[in-house]
Amino acid sequence: MRGSEILESMTDSGNEEVAVIGNTDLTAADLHNNTNNTMTEEGVPLLKKMEISVSEAEKRTGKNAVNMQEIYTVYLIETRPVDAITEGPSAAPDSLWRRYSEFELLRNYLLVTFPYIVVPPLPEKRAEFVWHKLSADNMDPDFVERRRIGLENFLLRVASHSVLSKDKIFYLFLTQDDGWKDVVYDTGFQAKADSRLKALNATFRVKNPDKRYTELKHYSDELQSVISQLLRVRAKVADRLYGVYKVHGNYGRVFSEWSAIEREMGDGLQSAGHHMDAYAASVDDILEEEEHYADQLKEYLYYSEALRAVCRKHELIQYELEMAAQDLVSKKQQREELATGTVRTFSLKGMTSKLFGQETPEQREAKLKVLEEQIVEGEELVKTSNAECDEYVRNAWIDIDRFKEQKNQDLKEALISYAVMQISMCKKGIQVWTNAKECFSKM
Amino acid sequence: MESESSSSAASVSGSPAQTVTDLSRHMLEQDEDDDLEVFSKDATLTDASSFSASMPMSPASMINQYKLEEQDIKDVFITVDCPESHVTSIETFVTYRVITKTTRSEFDSSEYEVRRRYQDFLWLKGKLEEAHPTLIINPLPEKFVMKGMMERFNDGFIETRRKALQKFVNRIADHPILSFNEDFKVFLTAQAWELVSHKKQGPGLLSRIGETVRAVAASVRGVQNRPEEFTAMNDYVETFGQKMGMLDKIAQRIVKEQKEYLEGMKECGPVYTLWSGSEDQLVEPLKAIAGCIDNCCKVTEEQVAGLSENQVPILHEYVLCAETLKAVLRRRDNIQAEYESKVDALANKKADKENLKEEIGRLEDKVECANNTLKVDWERWKRNMQGDVKSAFVDMADTNMNYYKKRLAIWESFLTSQKTDVHLEKDTDS
Repeated sequence: MRGSEILESMTDSGNEEVAVIGNTDLTAADLHNNTNNTMTEEGVPLLKKMEISVSEAEKRTGKNAVNMQEIYTVYLIETRPVDAITEGPSAAPDSLWRRYSEFELLRNYLLVTFPYIVVPPLPEKRAEFVWHKLSADNMDPDFVERRRIGLENFLLRVASHSVLSKDKIFYLFLTQDDGWKDVVYDTGFQAKADSRLKALNATFRVKNPDKRYTELKHYSDELQSVISQLLRVRAKVADRLYGVYKVHGNYGRVFSEWSAIEREMGDGLQSAGHHMDAYAASVDDILEEEEHYADQLKEYLYYSEALRAVCRKHELIQYELEMAAQDLVSKKQQREELATGTVRTFSLKGMTSKLFGQETPEQREAKLKVLEEQIVEGEELVKTSNAECDEYVRNAWIDIDRFKEQKNQDLKEALISYAVMQISMCKKGIQVWTNAKECFSKM
Repeated sequence: MESESSSSAASVSGSPAQTVTDLSRHMLEQDEDDDLEVFSKDATLTDASSFSASMPMSPASMINQYKLEEQDIKDVFITVDCPESHVTSIETFVTYRVITKTTRSEFDSSEYEVRRRYQDFLWLKGKLEEAHPTLIINPLPEKFVMKGMMERFNDGFIETRRKALQKFVNRIADHPILSFNEDFKVFLTAQAWELVSHKKQGPGLLSRIGETVRAVAASVRGVQNRPEEFTAMNDYVETFGQKMGMLDKIAQRIVKEQKEYLEGMKECGPVYTLWSGSEDQLVEPLKAIAGCIDNCCKVTEEQVAGLSENQVPILHEYVLCAETLKAVLRRRDNIQAEYESKVDALANKKADKENLKEEIGRLEDKVECANNTLKVDWERWKRNMQGDVKSAFVDMADTNMNYYKKRLAIWESFLTSQKTDVHLEKDTDS
């Protein structure tokens, strides 16, 4: 249901021009400004013009906000204009170091600036859904490596987005070494961020919910729940698979010890033992590949949160519109009562005036004048907010469609790569046991 | 006489034929004692047809039968099947049908069918050990189940036990000496009531106690001059038992872990199916994955069953074998200890020298007999063990190979169903 339709259903007069007393985070002016903050031509995402990678990770020490020594990891972002490559392989990329918190800052900025976009998620802040081998420690090299890949993936997704990639702040994130943080704060997005956060967490009921958005919100909840379940189960299974493979390593050791007392069987046992050791060791690679599949699922787990935020934002806008329209309606009723002298709705003022006597005509005139002004303002606001709401819905739905396409494609690929991984695991297994069988047969 | 026997004892690792002549000559010169049923006048039996209840065979006849073994005639075939459970007011137990098919003339018929319970097998084993203390008899599956392994009366347990019991009786049937044991014949052929009355016969309680006392006394005394080869056997059995114990544990642990892995995997399919309920474009691949995972679960169940039923019991059997071997070696030691004690007694006592000398001579032969039979049976056991262990591990490799092959097929069919161009050129890696 479009914003204007909602308002229509709420007004008595059927007049489309209603005033709005409300506030949406994104004004028309804001939207216009955002389009101005582009560094590239219209229609071409940044990624087409620039190579981006997060190539390395390093540990640094420094003082934190409370002046205490801390160790943190920084990631190297390398960028290179696409045309520069054709000039020759010696063209060195530009680079700068950023830490995870700066990525978070960038993302928060994007969330506030583009509330109608399903903003790509960052890799997880803390290791979740771990199984016993993986350390949950942020300093663990495997975790850092997977985070590096996740951060690169994030940048690539943003850079290939038709809207997000045009943002100036994003461009500066990739290219401006010093003072980027100041530039971000200067945009004043922080204030909006706080109010946005509050609004998203508030509980309110919308009178005429947009069915599409309700369904989408349900979907995002279901997606989040099902992927969480899947990740939990997967972690359990990975842990158990690890156990099965590793126990076989014991065969290698015992075969070797046993072969010492056997004449005829000794050689067969020894060589079979080596294959058992190889089998036990192979699980490490297998599970590492599987971790990659888990990361793909995790991305969409966090994407579902972003999707939910877009839906909530829409709810919020609609709610505010409904409140504003309601307010306008009541003001118009007040004006009518004042003008005709009839009391249609209960109001304290009305009661007191009845009890303590009517107002003077001059007082009434003054009140009416104020009300008229307010109504005119309100109608103007409703009109503009209406337009903004409609625009929000339009933009959001474009991105939601884009997101759905992307999700379907990515997840299908993920499922296929999972199957490929299973096949590789099976082939390794066949190889090992064929070799082992040969050794056993020679015993 | 003593020097004769000691020289022949030393050369026993040579051909049996040599010792036959030595000993049979030696024995014919012997006086016989009443309670010595070891050496009968029919020492030179050449056919394998004597059934002497609870009587160890003479060395000569035994060695003759070892010669027979080279031709490897198998003329007794036994199957153990059809487990049935019986409930009485006192207990519940399982009986097995034992069918014997044989061409031996010693049997009145060529086919027998009886029902036996575990207790009967246990009784048989006891009698065989009594009669042939230094022969290696296949262990029976355990009377009581291992903690947490299986339920006592579930199908898997009964099937495993049935197989083990069948192997037990067939190993006896294949043994050149044991298969001619009278109690064995009774076990295979007697009807229930006949078996009960037969069990009641045999050496009385007192004589059994006497034997046990002698055995304990002998083991307390300890053996003085154990031949090197038996010490080597002892060392081997120690290590073997240890290693088998470990392999048994490993095999069981693998089954346990694989079962837990299976339980986890069973939870995956339903989640994918649940997910497909929320999607539109992805319904088909998600459902396909759920199907694949369910099929993988089935295949894993088969693999676990394969390992549990084939490999694990064999390894466990050889853990028990190690104990059997230790017991056999101990009994051999006791026989030698008994002999040595008499020799010491001779050196010390002056009186009753003649009797002692006789007894010593008898015991000396007993020692030699025990050593010979043990040595030959040892080789036999080792050959069987190698065969069993090899086939157990080859089976394990086969089970696992087939498991992975089936899983591979499942996932490859998934890829085909998704009609992808994903090239499986990755098999250049493996």
